[in-house]
Amino acid sequence: MLKVENAIVRYGAIEALHAISFEVNQGEVVALLGANGAGKSTTLRMLSGLHSAWSGSVTFEGVDITNEKAHDMVSRGIGLVPEGRRIFPQMTVEENLEMGAFARSGSFHDEIEEQYAKFPILKERRKQLGANLSGGEQQMLAISRALMGKPRLLLLDEPSMGLAPMIIEQIFEIIGQIREAGTTVFVVEQNATQALQIADRGYVMENGKIVFSDSAKNLLVDPRVRAVYLGESA
Amino acid sequence: MGGFIHYFSSHFQTLGQEFWPLLVGGLANGFLYGMVAVGYTLVYGVLRLINFAHSEVFMAGGFASFFVMQHLVGTSSPNGISSVLYILIGILVGGLTGSLIAMAIERVAYRPLRKRNSPKLAYLISAIGASYFLFNFAGKEFGRYSVSMAQPYTNHPLFTIFGAGVQMYDIIIFIAGALMLFGLDRLVTLTKLGRSIRAVAQDAETASLMGVNIDRTIALTFMIGGALGGAAGFLYGMNVGVVYTMGFTPALKAFTAAVLGGIGNLRGAVLGGLILGTMESFSVAFLAPSYIDVTAFGILVLVLLVRPTGIMGERLGRSA
Repeated sequence: MLKVENAIVRYGAIEALHAISFEVNQGEVVALLGANGAGKSTTLRMLSGLHSAWSGSVTFEGVDITNEKAHDMVSRGIGLVPEGRRIFPQMTVEENLEMGAFARSGSFHDEIEEQYAKFPILKERRKQLGANLSGGEQQMLAISRALMGKPRLLLLDEPSMGLAPMIIEQIFEIIGQIREAGTTVFVVEQNATQALQIADRGYVMENGKIVFSDSAKNLLVDPRVRAVYLGESA
Repeated sequence: MGGFIHYFSSHFQTLGQEFWPLLVGGLANGFLYGMVAVGYTLVYGVLRLINFAHSEVFMAGGFASFFVMQHLVGTSSPNGISSVLYILIGILVGGLTGSLIAMAIERVAYRPLRKRNSPKLAYLISAIGASYFLFNFAGKEFGRYSVSMAQPYTNHPLFTIFGAGVQMYDIIIFIAGALMLFGLDRLVTLTKLGRSIRAVAQDAETASLMGVNIDRTIALTFMIGGALGGAAGFLYGMNVGVVYTMGFTPALKAFTAAVLGGIGNLRGAVLGGLILGTMESFSVAFLAPSYIDVTAFGILVLVLLVRPTGIMGERLGRSA
């Protein structure tokens, strides 16, 4: 479904990603793991079109999207739940959801109700401003906002960041449900154990490179994963 | 001290008779300031910069409608339905020209800087350059002297409130200004376009992830602000006449109004305009006509010193 080949991303003179390659198949949950600064967020920025690859290629459903702009990605079928939620602070919960459907034409009232059924707390807070939600509520809103765009591939950037353990459990449960509903998920996480519990496969990044990959089951017990997080060489 | 009190009490007496005309005139001017002020505040919302070339959008709207009025009205003195029609045409021509000039300014003076991630100071210098180019170009092409516009209506007191005559001109501005500002408010609050402007103002990157084309939204924001500024140029020019430097003072006052209301806040800009217009108007009665500009810019300095976020505060991207 998604195929990245030898992608190099540069910020000015600095090369942030060194020719990385990976793929995500239809229906999978794939986790991208790594320590802070390993290049995980940069990878997501590249996939969502916020920062194009300098060389290499990104293909989605057989179409080359290497140089596609961020605002065209939603209609391509790629949705992103950004790091830190990035809820529109001065818009209500409902307006945030409406923004999620921005790229679509026609009525999306039913989808909003669908999201409310999934997240009853959002319905309760529908008229409240995004800024006044708790972190967990914001994360749920960020996820349902992305789902409003009807993505076939959902990208999640550090969904557990800054949340209480109980809320994290809930968020990952939701991610599991999204996958069951047929959406392919690519999740970037520092919380490796949590991510691997719901993932099929995982890639491990270090210093802008993908150092190894395996099934989630194997990675959970792989001592190299632990080493990467502790900053020891793998 | 006694003389001072006497000075004010005598002014309070004149104020008694002139209160209503001063208020009406002040509010009418306030609507004009508001129409220009929303242009500053909209652009500030999406780009976090003050478009100091906005004064030339106002001037361009004034000149374009001047030529159209000259052609349409000539030396005739229209009234009734033809007046309404001419005024609508003037607003349309002023607004259209204003939006085109505003878009051109964005395209030429700002977008290249945005693509290069230039520092804020570069935008300011670019704005001043664009402004100087535009008004000097107008001066060269259209002459350096102020000329009166062919009047699409006959000014006369329409009715009286508490014994004070309310002029036709004030009523025209009231209606036109209120309708356009109300329309803008609804546009930004309720429509998809308005939502995209607010989204870009609040978090441009996330807005693009939702499918909002940032470049297009910024251009449209300039266009909308330019339309109101250009239409205001017509309404102002209709009364005062047009000249290549006509934008400078009214636009600086509109900027003051935007800061007074809270830059980035749409309803604040209108409120700031109405307060500024009214205070100016009363300062003429209290002090002397020559104090009118001192009052306006005194307010600007005071707001910047005491409450830089303005009356309603910076509520970026919120419709209000």
